[in-house]
Amino acid sequence: MTTLTLAKALNEGMRRAMEDDPKVLVMGEDVGKLGGVFRVTDGLQKDFGEQRVIDTPLAESGIIGTAIGLALRGYRPVCEIQFDGFVFPAADQIITQLAKMPLRSLGKLRLPVVVRIPCGGGIGAVEHHSESPEAYFIHTAGLRVVACSNPADGYTMLQQAIRSDDPVVFFEPKRRYWEKAEVDTSSAPADWTPFDQAKVVRPGTDATLLAYGPMVKTCLEAATAAEEDGRSLEVIDLRSLNPLDVDRVVESVGGTGRCIVVHEAPIYNGFGAEIAARVTERCFYKLEAPVLRVGGPSTPYPPSRLEDHYLPDLDRVLEAVDRVFAF
Amino acid sequence: MTAEAPRGAEAPAELVQLLTPEGERVEHPDYDIDLTHEEIRGLYRDLVLVRRVDLEAVALQRQGELGLWASLLGQEAAQIGSGRALTDADMAFPTYREHGVAWCRGVDPVNLLGMFRGVNHGGWDPAEHNFHLYTIVIGSQTLHAVGYAMGVQRDGAEAATIVYFGDGATSQGDVNESFIWASVFNAPIVFFCQNNQWAISEPLEKQSRIPLYRRASGFGFPGIRVDGNDVLACLAVTRKALADARSGQGPMLIEAFTYRMGAHTTSDDPTRYRVASELEAWKLKDPIERVRAYMFKNQIADQDFFDAVDAEADELGKDVRKRCLALPDPEPLAIFDHVYAEPHRLMDEERAEFAAYLEGFEG
Repeated sequence: MTTLTLAKALNEGMRRAMEDDPKVLVMGEDVGKLGGVFRVTDGLQKDFGEQRVIDTPLAESGIIGTAIGLALRGYRPVCEIQFDGFVFPAADQIITQLAKMPLRSLGKLRLPVVVRIPCGGGIGAVEHHSESPEAYFIHTAGLRVVACSNPADGYTMLQQAIRSDDPVVFFEPKRRYWEKAEVDTSSAPADWTPFDQAKVVRPGTDATLLAYGPMVKTCLEAATAAEEDGRSLEVIDLRSLNPLDVDRVVESVGGTGRCIVVHEAPIYNGFGAEIAARVTERCFYKLEAPVLRVGGPSTPYPPSRLEDHYLPDLDRVLEAVDRVFAF
Repeated sequence: MTAEAPRGAEAPAELVQLLTPEGERVEHPDYDIDLTHEEIRGLYRDLVLVRRVDLEAVALQRQGELGLWASLLGQEAAQIGSGRALTDADMAFPTYREHGVAWCRGVDPVNLLGMFRGVNHGGWDPAEHNFHLYTIVIGSQTLHAVGYAMGVQRDGAEAATIVYFGDGATSQGDVNESFIWASVFNAPIVFFCQNNQWAISEPLEKQSRIPLYRRASGFGFPGIRVDGNDVLACLAVTRKALADARSGQGPMLIEAFTYRMGAHTTSDDPTRYRVASELEAWKLKDPIERVRAYMFKNQIADQDFFDAVDAEADELGKDVRKRCLALPDPEPLAIFDHVYAEPHRLMDEERAEFAAYLEGFEG
């Protein structure tokens, strides 16, 4: 076991993937000498060279478009999009090409491309640096979408994403980059939880909190606080957003009868809506209350002096817990 | 506003031509080509056959057998000339109109028709032919091609990549980004722009105020304009550009100056936006007629040869039609196939639900 920050765990995951497979490339803006604006690719260019760790021109569509071409030639590019709000120039390549080319080819072409996106708010940033655009990509068939919440998962899930023959959009909660935890870097991939499975990160009996990425920690804190009120909350880290590990969710909610989905993204048409619909369909007779959603207001992300009001926090989650028990 | 050319657009465009519209062989200081009679007959045959396939496809669309067809009429020389310049190891990335290049790469024309008939979105194996699938979003494939070329570069392979796009595509961000990537990474790629003068209804002046080949200099690599209706010039210029790319000299932009003699697609009506006299003028520069005239004048082929090619073309047309009509519709559950490479529980779940729904109609 080693204690690593999330940023370092992701770095170690990429390093190991590059050591294991010479076809793995890292590409993006400032990923070389600088090591990325969050230092997630720190030292990789020094150790693997400029042919494998590529500082690209400053154009996101170009990053994904050329990554597709490299994948067609047998490479496995790991692309860094510098900030969530900068992914949109690449949206066309991701949605019309990356997601659809395998189907277009009747399975003859595979695009093992990973698109890493630091996501979410809470770092006092200017506009376009704090967004949660996952719903756009979850809605796009052909993509796998995952979100890590902690260093151990960051280390394993990124390697699993790189090994996958499907394109993967990989969300990293940027405000958790500097948080540390134990990571077992000696573990074998065969022992890792498959990256399309959810994990119960805190068992409980009275209500289920569903979260991913930055909100997992918030929900764990809420569960600790609720315990003082005598409420036992189960927290599930969804990890995979497409596909959703719906059986794991249904199993939990079937037991607790209450379900709250928490994400930073705006509630309206957010991922919580899909989960609520599925849980309602599968657990209708076991639900004690409607599925509740906690998320950002259905507005653009506000200036950072307001972000503490925008982002779901411990109190907002606990308030929802009160509501779900009030039915 | 004045009637004069805008600033930066004053100099006249130069054009590489080796065969005039009248079928006269002309010399060019930088480009020459020495072909055997058999090779010239081969090019002529290619030109005639792809035009015949195209004609059959338009007819099939008119008869309701294809949902759409994008005709290559008028662009045969640009496509056969550049397509025949490729070696087996070279890779080509087409738009959706490169039926002539597909022919050169050995793709069965019925596979092209299948896509426009709606049985799939692309039915050939790109690796088998080194010919990528058609790309419909304008210009997207230029980035794929440059990325592929960067992969070739990393493999240390001696191969070039060629990417096709049109005049309208030069306005796309992706095309401009692909120029930048190719330039800064010195990628072994040839950008082959078929300037057919029209992006559906928009004439070239809506896309550019300078000749397109001159765009290249701003990105740091050479650009050249070739007579796109001259199969010899297209072959010579592309061959040289590919050789340069293979030997590490980096990218090049070729603007094949040609004309879309038909509609943009079978859904289009060019009489709404262009005058008939323009088409008539371009008919005099037809890419096939000039080769025929050249061959006649120089005894490269006799009437028996031309008759045989015409007969072969008719047979090909019939064969393509027959096999197109015989293409089976895919099974309904094929909707769920190949969306993901690895097992995906949502696909499995929805496939099972849909199968159960369909079974409800049986018996």
